[in-house]
Amino acid sequence: MPKLTVTDTTGKTATLDARTGLSVMETLRSNGYPVVGECEGSLACATCHVIVDPAWADRLPEISEKEEDMLDTVFDLTATSRLCCQIIMGDQLDGLAVSLPTT
Amino acid sequence: MTVSPPLTTDVVIIGAGPVGLFAIFQCGMLGLRAHVVDTLDTPGGQCAALYPEKPIYDIPSRPEVLAGDLIAGLEAQARPFDPVFHLGQTVETLEGTADEGFTVTTSAGTVICASAVMIAAGGGSFGPNRPPLDGLSAYEGHAVVYSVQRKEDFRDRRVVIAGGGDSAVDWAVALADVAASVAVVHRRPKFRAAPDMVARMTTLAESGRIDLVTPYQLAGLDGDGGALSGVLVRHTDGSSRRLEADILLPLFGLRMDLGPLASWGLGIDKGHVAVNPATLETARPGVFAIGDITHYPGKLKLILCGFAEAAMAAHQVFALARPGEALHFEHSTSKPPAVPRPCNSAMAS
Repeated sequence: MPKLTVTDTTGKTATLDARTGLSVMETLRSNGYPVVGECEGSLACATCHVIVDPAWADRLPEISEKEEDMLDTVFDLTATSRLCCQIIMGDQLDGLAVSLPTT
Repeated sequence: MTVSPPLTTDVVIIGAGPVGLFAIFQCGMLGLRAHVVDTLDTPGGQCAALYPEKPIYDIPSRPEVLAGDLIAGLEAQARPFDPVFHLGQTVETLEGTADEGFTVTTSAGTVICASAVMIAAGGGSFGPNRPPLDGLSAYEGHAVVYSVQRKEDFRDRRVVIAGGGDSAVDWAVALADVAASVAVVHRRPKFRAAPDMVARMTTLAESGRIDLVTPYQLAGLDGDGGALSGVLVRHTDGSSRRLEADILLPLFGLRMDLGPLASWGLGIDKGHVAVNPATLETARPGVFAIGDITHYPGKLKLILCGFAEAAMAAHQVFALARPGEALHFEHSTSKPPAVPRPCNSAMAS
């Protein structure tokens, strides 16, 4: 099963089993991380912001214009900020590393 | 705040989103009267505020319906039961018990007495999406504002607008002719706004009336004793800049928050209200929660599940509002809504 590495806001890192076909948002939530995901992945909110490890940024599916629009409402964006409901796990993302923003 | 004389009804519904609106219908079919309170100025909740133009595909018998049209249909369906809406106000306190009845007080001073309360508040109440800047609250209300009430308040002031949507662009254009200066801070050069307004903003920028500050984000506030003198912004590359400012208008849309509801003894876990799935009753007897805000094993956050929960909760409310009365149930096919439903073009879409 693909692995997902997550660093929380305290700097603590953990590696999770990430089922193929589930979003990073779903994976983080089912592991108890405080990712809201209010709109359940329909790109109607921006409450699942994560910062992707720059080494992985170019290997993710390209960001859609709708996702860019929602990211406009997020504070303290970084160059590798994404909405993690849009990242679907699979073998090609085995080892993906993300961190949770502090704001 | 003026407190008005109390109003009396059978049930107070908190939240006028799709599920709250359908709860009016379900209560109405049992002869129960409803008052509905919502923070927003119009009914519809997220459907109206966040995605009115988005199609929804999982409403039974509506292969495709725009969220805004779904709300119009639900409003029409509720109308025969004469619901009383209290819009643009937030419920601040909930007092009372199932035995003695409940009293709800809103931010506008509306007081409503009812036999039961139904919470259909979705993700909570909407408020401005506030930037996480140090010392923000000392400036809010006078130097940091989230909407423009009167253009005149901005005359000869140095205004910084932050955000990249329609409101940011519209207000940049509108304030350019009264403000001393207008700067627009946005994290990328592209604005997600009506093209003609973006074109007008660009023209004003070319003539020097608007300073387009991209790709920058808000980084801090500079001022003294609540008086703002500058806004600090950070470039994508990490470098910083200071913009002279008397007023900052952060326009980053709405954000949902449980607000006062969290202190009502409802049994809240991770932003959701735990309920008994058979009755939709919360930890506080007589207070029910339906729709996205509820949680129980197997809960799905779907509008259609919220509709079913509204019907089930309505039957529970009947027992509280009509104690000792037998609930004579008839399907809507044999007992149509009491008042003929007005023709509504949105229903035909």
